[in-house]
Amino acid sequence: MTDVLLAIGTAKGLVLARSHDRVSWSLSDLQFPMNGIYAVAIDTRSAPARLFVSADSSHWGPAVLHSDDLGQSWAEPDEGAIAFPADTDTSFVRAWALAPSATEADVVWAGSQPSALFRSEDRGAHFTLVRSLWDHPHRPEWGAGFGGQAVHTVLPHPTDPARMLVAMSSGGAYRSDDGGASWAASNTGVSAYFLPDPMPEFGQCVHKIARDCGNPDRLYLQNHHGVYRSDDAGHTWQSIADGLPADFGFAVVAHPRRRDVAFTFPITADGMRLPPEHACRVYRTEDAGATWTALTTGLPQHDYYGSVLRDAMCADDADPAGLYVGTRNGEVYASTDDGEQWSQVAAHLPDVLCVRSAVVG
Amino acid sequence: MTTVVLPGVLRQHADGAGTVDVELATGATVGDLLDELARRHPALARRVRDERGELRRFVNVYVDGTDARADGGLAAPVPTGAEVLILPSIAGG
Repeated sequence: MTDVLLAIGTAKGLVLARSHDRVSWSLSDLQFPMNGIYAVAIDTRSAPARLFVSADSSHWGPAVLHSDDLGQSWAEPDEGAIAFPADTDTSFVRAWALAPSATEADVVWAGSQPSALFRSEDRGAHFTLVRSLWDHPHRPEWGAGFGGQAVHTVLPHPTDPARMLVAMSSGGAYRSDDGGASWAASNTGVSAYFLPDPMPEFGQCVHKIARDCGNPDRLYLQNHHGVYRSDDAGHTWQSIADGLPADFGFAVVAHPRRRDVAFTFPITADGMRLPPEHACRVYRTEDAGATWTALTTGLPQHDYYGSVLRDAMCADDADPAGLYVGTRNGEVYASTDDGEQWSQVAAHLPDVLCVRSAVVG
Repeated sequence: MTTVVLPGVLRQHADGAGTVDVELATGATVGDLLDELARRHPALARRVRDERGELRRFVNVYVDGTDARADGGLAAPVPTGAEVLILPSIAGG
């Protein structure tokens, strides 16, 4: 029987949900109470899986911890898993992204605030600053979004350890084709309407990027206004927003088993961060963005004001795939039929910041 | 001897103790005190200061009832026999 774990990171702690059928869920007590959980990851390269959590206390600072017993206990080095080297004169604020490598054993990547990339070679216990991105000549010009200046998206390549993409708000996307030795801005075609030059080399406010499961060069990008696709690993982008009720939003997720299938959660506009028509609707494309379908069954369709943040939508690795959406209203919904029908996993949680799910038994 | 009084949430990082006694040289400062704490309980010290050595924004240190921030910050003096309180400030939503 499949045992699925759903890690739910909220503004005030972590909830771990477990299910055999992805309809009935058992929820843990709130872990890390009063810590904002900005990232979670489930590393299934071992059994049991190793869990990661980025926990940030307003009072006591940030931490990145790991668990080898599915969240029963957590560990971190005394000195912390992530710290900036002394010569940078910079303090680690929090981790926004935690990404196990698909190609390098024991390698885990972390994206941080302020914007930086860290690499671990001991499976996420200790991380080291990736100097090549930190020393990038564009860095002094990277801005800070409302949530802070952070590398919030880290996409290791599924088969080629030399290739990687990272993204940040008010900075844009950067790619490396040489194992992280150098980085190139990767925003051609993506608008930055809020800048004097609306099509700059960098400075775009990228909210999230997802990689197609069948074609690693195909990427989906939810921008601060704008939804885009790249077919050349991020070198160029074209709009796929036609057919969506709004081109603003935070989350974008690629289907883990069906190529050309992706999901978004549109939000009305930058200045109106409420769902269009005040309805909770996930949108799905099955043709790489040419057309979109609203998915509504089981989701609240009236007087709904919740939104979905950049990491609060995910898919699991089960078959059929499970999809999960967490809202700022503290609800989490699941679907096992590609979004046709949704059931509620949890409600009345603090704002959901992130969700990640995987088969763990 | 200087006694450092810890809030409950930090005691897990000091082997469960509510207080830590520290021997400091004459003329020691809050920075010296926190350096000594870091040597003995690095996980505790990291909750109080960041990697640049700065006091975290919403952590307050009181030396015999005086807010160290109002007395030089990390340079605030810690007299022999002082009682030092580490407290979370009022913050959060």
